[in-house]
Amino acid sequence: MSMREMTYGEAVKEAMAEEMRRDPTVFLMGEDVGKAGTVFKVLLGLHDEFGDDRVIDTPIAEAGLVGLGVGAALTGSRPIVDIMFGDFIALAMDQIVNQAAKLRYMSGGQAIVPITIRSTMGAGRSSAAQHSQSLHAWLAHIPGLKVAIPSTPADAKGLFKTAVRDDNPVVIYEDKMMYALKGMVPTEEDYTIPFGQAHIKREGDDVTLIATSSMVHVALDAADALAEQGISAEVVDPRTLVPLDRETLIESVVKTTRAVIIDEGYKSFGITGEIASTVYNGAFDYIDAPIVRLGAMDVPVPFSKPLEDATIPTPEDVIKAVQDMKIR
Amino acid sequence: MSLSSEILIKMYRAMLRIRRFEEQIWEVYTGGLMHGLAHLYIGEEAVAVGVCAALRDDDFITSTHRGHGHCVAKGGNLEAMMAEVMGRVTGHCRGKGGSMHIADMSVGILGANGIVGGGFGIATGAALSAQKRGTDQVAVCFFGDGASNQGIFFEVMNFAAIWKLPVIYVCENNHYGEYTPTENVTAGKSIADRSLPFGIPSTTVDGSDAIAVYEATAEAVERARKGDGATLIECDTYRYRGHHVGDPGEGYRSKEEIESWMAKDPIQLLRTKILDDNIASGAELDAEEREVEKEMENALEAAKAAPYPDVEEVNQHVYA
Repeated sequence: MSMREMTYGEAVKEAMAEEMRRDPTVFLMGEDVGKAGTVFKVLLGLHDEFGDDRVIDTPIAEAGLVGLGVGAALTGSRPIVDIMFGDFIALAMDQIVNQAAKLRYMSGGQAIVPITIRSTMGAGRSSAAQHSQSLHAWLAHIPGLKVAIPSTPADAKGLFKTAVRDDNPVVIYEDKMMYALKGMVPTEEDYTIPFGQAHIKREGDDVTLIATSSMVHVALDAADALAEQGISAEVVDPRTLVPLDRETLIESVVKTTRAVIIDEGYKSFGITGEIASTVYNGAFDYIDAPIVRLGAMDVPVPFSKPLEDATIPTPEDVIKAVQDMKIR
Repeated sequence: MSLSSEILIKMYRAMLRIRRFEEQIWEVYTGGLMHGLAHLYIGEEAVAVGVCAALRDDDFITSTHRGHGHCVAKGGNLEAMMAEVMGRVTGHCRGKGGSMHIADMSVGILGANGIVGGGFGIATGAALSAQKRGTDQVAVCFFGDGASNQGIFFEVMNFAAIWKLPVIYVCENNHYGEYTPTENVTAGKSIADRSLPFGIPSTTVDGSDAIAVYEATAEAVERARKGDGATLIECDTYRYRGHHVGDPGEGYRSKEEIESWMAKDPIQLLRTKILDDNIASGAELDAEEREVEKEMENALEAAKAAPYPDVEEVNQHVYA
């Protein structure tokens, strides 16, 4: 497989460009996606290639924007809708939850709604409470939606291409802190990653670190430090929340007998709770220590840097959780 | 714009079909044959029929919670509609949608919608899709006076205006948002005025006059197909019945008011026009009525005889 090093942002752009070249019904619309290449600049150049017709700047009107995407998806187009900050999805929730997610079911299987909604997540940019949240659990809660949450450039490209080709509404969350992250990415046009396949990012025997998005890198850093202490940690990334590859998560914990689950969504009522329950039920007879859940602190994300940093799980939090399990 | 006799008779028949369907729903509901809610369209028939008579089969509509009339007018199947309302597997949506969510993608019915204003985004997006795909299809968004106060109405008009989208917003102003008089909760002189700041032309028509509705729609369709963009049509209309089948529709509306609207009944208006213009005889129109009656009876019998969906179906169609 031929590979090229690129950033996470470049991987997203390449996925989009390839899908737009492949399928003329695909177009992108969102706020500042055109010449500006989004506020994060990750799509610079896309507008040069595809022009105003297919890379479309929109008004700042998230409900209408997603609503138009849903209608277009119902009638033969495959729109990609860009919601700049994940927080702004709140403005479009009726369109996503009551319309996109339900139209296939309510129509008894007549409709398909092949819309891809891409948005961002993640704190750490001192952007305060309305530009920093990780709200992927909201959408993972709704039957009819698929939710992807890639952690590496290669996953970003492969999952994005799968999202565009999927006949269902897919919400894909990119952690804006990872846009500059580099990695090797397959370059062939038909490179896609099937949804519902977790990926073992590092193999280990003593404890499973189940982590999503940027928390995968927190877990990998922790695994490095734990290795120096003689503890072998396995890092598993579900990659998609819906569908969720429960089997791989359970199998890993059956092997290691312990789990720490790390996700940047709010800890309460979030992804970590769902995964912990999955693992408890599936690996109950094998578990040697209470499962630990690490999530964003249950506070609005604060502006001031020391306060903000205190709300996000760190490698040190993961290391401490593992050490408290008294493995060695 | 003069309408052919054929179209006028077709419109008359379509209005009768809606009226009989809705009367039948009332009987089905009070007879305990259906569960849940239904919002009857009786009195508003001329709007759905006038609009849809100006559309092609491959044009799109989005409908509302009061959507049976739109679906009948756009070509929904009476038997599949009745079965849907009764939760049977032979329904348009295999019983999964019910009265508020009837959809028939094969004739461009993108769905009735249980969210007030739920069709704004979908219809405008369907228009965007038609434009992107290079067809000359148009999309019609039916909505009520109540939905005209939803914020997304203003968002989509802005989108439609900047991109000149082939969409027609048809407001059915029946003067009550559920139980609340429209004027108590709606600013401005008219809903039609609301598109003007966006540069979208609008008109107000007598929603009891199917021909007037048709003419306004035909003009809007022509504009949309030519690439000249959106239109807003406000139809002045009235529902004879309550907000839904469980609401007698009295108390918050005076008897005089209800009677004054019934005195200019849309079906009678068109019948008078057809007779006055010697397009058909009374006997011929009565024969139409008997045929519709028969069609309705057959639809009801078929729906009653149809099975409920297997419980195994419950988790099918969540994903494609």
